[in-house]
Amino acid sequence: MIRLIEDICTVFWRDWIVLKRRLTKFILSRMVAPILYLVAFGYGLGRSISVEGGTYIDFLVPGILALNSMNISFNSITPVHAERVYHKSLEEYILAPIAPAAFVIGKVLAAMLRSFISSALILVLAMLFGASLQPLSSPVAMVTFLLVLLINSAIFAGLGFIAAMRINTYEEMSQVNTYILLPMSFLCGTFFKTSTLPDTVRFVIELLPLTHTSYLLRGLGTGNEVSVSSIVVLMIYLAIVLSMSLRAFNRVE
Amino acid sequence: MIRIKNLCKVFKSNKVAVDDLSFDVNDGEIFGLLGKNGAGKTTTIRMLTLQTRPTSGEIIFEGAADDLAVKKMIGVVPQHINFDQDLTVGENMELHARLHHLNRQEQRQRIHELLEYIELGNVVNDDVRSLSGGMKRRLLIVRALIHRPHILFLDEPTVALDPQVRRKIWQLIKQLKAQGVTIVITTHYIEEAEQLCDRTAFLSRGKLIALDSPANLCRLNNAANLEDVFIRLIEDDKID
Repeated sequence: MIRLIEDICTVFWRDWIVLKRRLTKFILSRMVAPILYLVAFGYGLGRSISVEGGTYIDFLVPGILALNSMNISFNSITPVHAERVYHKSLEEYILAPIAPAAFVIGKVLAAMLRSFISSALILVLAMLFGASLQPLSSPVAMVTFLLVLLINSAIFAGLGFIAAMRINTYEEMSQVNTYILLPMSFLCGTFFKTSTLPDTVRFVIELLPLTHTSYLLRGLGTGNEVSVSSIVVLMIYLAIVLSMSLRAFNRVE
Repeated sequence: MIRIKNLCKVFKSNKVAVDDLSFDVNDGEIFGLLGKNGAGKTTTIRMLTLQTRPTSGEIIFEGAADDLAVKKMIGVVPQHINFDQDLTVGENMELHARLHHLNRQEQRQRIHELLEYIELGNVVNDDVRSLSGGMKRRLLIVRALIHRPHILFLDEPTVALDPQVRRKIWQLIKQLKAQGVTIVITTHYIEEAEQLCDRTAFLSRGKLIALDSPANLCRLNNAANLEDVFIRLIEDDKID
């Protein structure tokens, strides 16, 4: 067990030194999309919209956090694809006397860290844009809020890992963004409630993990009670995705 | 000793890369795998180093109970340059040392002595992409030595290098043998095999077509040198 933790730390260490070297660039680039969302949908369009008696920006911020943690964690782990297909540097880990789980967990944790930094930035920006943040008012809500964000980023880091292990070209990797992440970004309760969608579409959308994350973050963000079943759904997704990641890494040749 | 029994590899495309290969590699010897491009040398090395699963057959490393134990005892120098492009020279070495569980002091000491040995101590903080081809090759070899492997696999270690660097690498390989390291090397430079190998296996279309010391192979094939042996064996196997 100690060896496993040591190996996870090694994998994480590699990603940390790369991130540390590019931290300023990373932070600046991560601010662009959230600022655009906040300006366009929160400040501009949102001024004339009220949701459930509150401001649209308060409704919007949890959605932005959910979609951002999905995108950042997925895209943070996709360089593993280049390490496998182009640079072949993944071979160092395959040849090393470490448990495959150490590599998967180390990579997922590193992606979660990037996602966490990015989420913290959004929260600061949202406050500057005048959003009120209920989860910061109670320690329990704050911890749950943070936990949901972390679970969400772990799920999508895992998905990114599976894609990086199974897909062979850059083009196909970008198609995952286009056909899976982009529609989810807009449809999974991020910018509007899923209840406004037609029943069949809504049924499908509500099966997706990002919908549950949006729902949970919004509930916690506005001080409302949330359903435990959504947390259970996310945990199930996490277990499936991590076991599939491990399987995908074991199959790499 | 490494014992290879009836080893086969058939790819998804139904291409037979390795066909019923059986031989032993003795402790402390330099064992050469020779053959034309596509003969199955790299696939054999990849199976021996657990990077590719055999379709059938067995590979037994004496003294190793499982895959992790094998990984601890082997060092691998791939044909391609596979450094982590986002890390410096020193960080690439440190990553390897950490993955092989060297303690901090051992890491520093080993990295320092190996980089000095190949005269790359002054580039430890440089971007690995900034090194020349010869420097990268030398670095690739010493990276595989950080954890003091008992068996070293070298897949075309001198490909595309100028003669001076090639000689330096040969010298390094001979020193490793003198230290008791077992070495398995693939090459299609016949001169390299002649210079280095105690025994040489010739592969053709995934099959083993000859295995002996270079001197015996020359004698048995009535050839002046290993290059003549190679040409004769290829002709006998009716290739091209």
